[in-house]
Amino acid sequence: MIKVTIDGIELEVEEGTTIMNAARKIGGEVVPPAMCYYTSLKGSGGKCRACLVKVAQGSAKDPRPMPKLVASCCTNVQDGMVVLNSTSPEVLETRRGIVEFLLVNHPLDCPICDQAGECELQNFAFDHGLQKTRSEFHRREFDPIDIGPHIKLHMTRCILCYRCTMVADQLTEERVHGVLWRGEASEISTYIQKAVENDFSGNMIDVCPVGALTDRHFRFRNRVWFLNPMDAHRNCSKCSGKVVLWMRGEEVYRVTARKDQYDEVKEFICNECRWDHYDTKDWVVEGPRAVEKWSVITANKYSKETVELPEQLFSKLDNAKWDSFEGVT
Amino acid sequence: MQALSNRKKVLEQKKMTLVERLYLPAIFQGMGITLRHFFRRKATVHYPEQKRSVPAVFRGLHVLRKDENGAERCTACGLCAVACPAEAITMEGGERKAGEEHLYREEKYAVKYEINMLRCIFCGFCEDACPKEAIFLETTFAPASYDRNDFIYGKDRLVEGFKRHELVSPITTLKEAQEANK
Repeated sequence: MIKVTIDGIELEVEEGTTIMNAARKIGGEVVPPAMCYYTSLKGSGGKCRACLVKVAQGSAKDPRPMPKLVASCCTNVQDGMVVLNSTSPEVLETRRGIVEFLLVNHPLDCPICDQAGECELQNFAFDHGLQKTRSEFHRREFDPIDIGPHIKLHMTRCILCYRCTMVADQLTEERVHGVLWRGEASEISTYIQKAVENDFSGNMIDVCPVGALTDRHFRFRNRVWFLNPMDAHRNCSKCSGKVVLWMRGEEVYRVTARKDQYDEVKEFICNECRWDHYDTKDWVVEGPRAVEKWSVITANKYSKETVELPEQLFSKLDNAKWDSFEGVT
Repeated sequence: MQALSNRKKVLEQKKMTLVERLYLPAIFQGMGITLRHFFRRKATVHYPEQKRSVPAVFRGLHVLRKDENGAERCTACGLCAVACPAEAITMEGGERKAGEEHLYREEKYAVKYEINMLRCIFCGFCEDACPKEAIFLETTFAPASYDRNDFIYGKDRLVEGFKRHELVSPITTLKEAQEANK
């Protein structure tokens, strides 16, 4: 175990932990934003530069600061390292620049985009970006293309995080899409619009931090904040079967995997669960999903506190040992 | 009972004087006030034959504006519905097909857009929230009706180009409404 200080908070982590994961152990404001890093995908991270942090002291042995800001998702901690995230004005200033760079080619059409409301780039730009765009240049544009019967790719919105290619490499047997060209001209594409058809290809949509890969069945039909996310599961031979149903009334609009607080999917779901069961009878609905209070998805709905049912509260009281109250009558 | 505050007022009934008991002077005084109002400027108008002019910032019925090429500006982004404190707005989006560029400005448009005018409180938050400058509140207001369903305004009555002055409810009398309900 080694000691590391992040934003003045000291903690002990195992050797080989990245700064990002060490910060996530503390949680809250200390956690740097991430656009491309994805815990369950090997080799992800280091591309978007959103998670840059300042290392004020390299280690206990060599207390010199690191000369430049480092990407926290792919830099390992060292014993006695001192990291500054939101307490460093230099980091915040740089993040403002990163937002501008990410938005150089990203269209500002959130009113149209399906990802709005659960978009990592939208949250990132809201927290760190400027109110106005300074870029006067024409953004690159592509026509949306259908890759397979389920997925639509709109390259205009892509920020080249490479997550979807990693899903194809690590989750499915064969990858038929990838990144073509280089540098500024690079784009995600399939070879001559080949269909992406694989049992786990739908997870590309979930890992996409922006609205570049969208569900063709759900596309433009509704806004996420009008839907009620419900935890549900079913017996599935291919995957865990644990999903979120996005419902309005009795109608299921879409099915997604469960995302954690860092917008990461831990248990990927198969395409059968995602697209073949739009009937609530096929699912065991567990109840409304707890949504972070700041999220727009909670608009006009319940908050995290009200989700707790009375029975659950009573069982909590039971656990608190009534014996200690015996003297009170 | 104990007084809850010290502001209690004790009423005392005085005995009326002779002039007060006569009653007639007070009657004539009251009639005089009434007569004086005959010659004053009237505070009312003969609605609906006459209508009062409203200020330019009046918040009345909604309109979904089109752009300079006649294409609908609304993209069904849902921000008006989120901003709406009365939850009067519902919508459903759809994708624009090739060849419909002259109808809808952006690649997504509102297939269904409904405002419940009975729920609406005409606060104008939807107008403020709209990022596409599509929804505006005009200076007309909803005509009365005996049928509640008449107040759910769809795109047919909201999109610009609809003639507001021809807006009359299909059911005009109470008798007709009662017959319709049978």
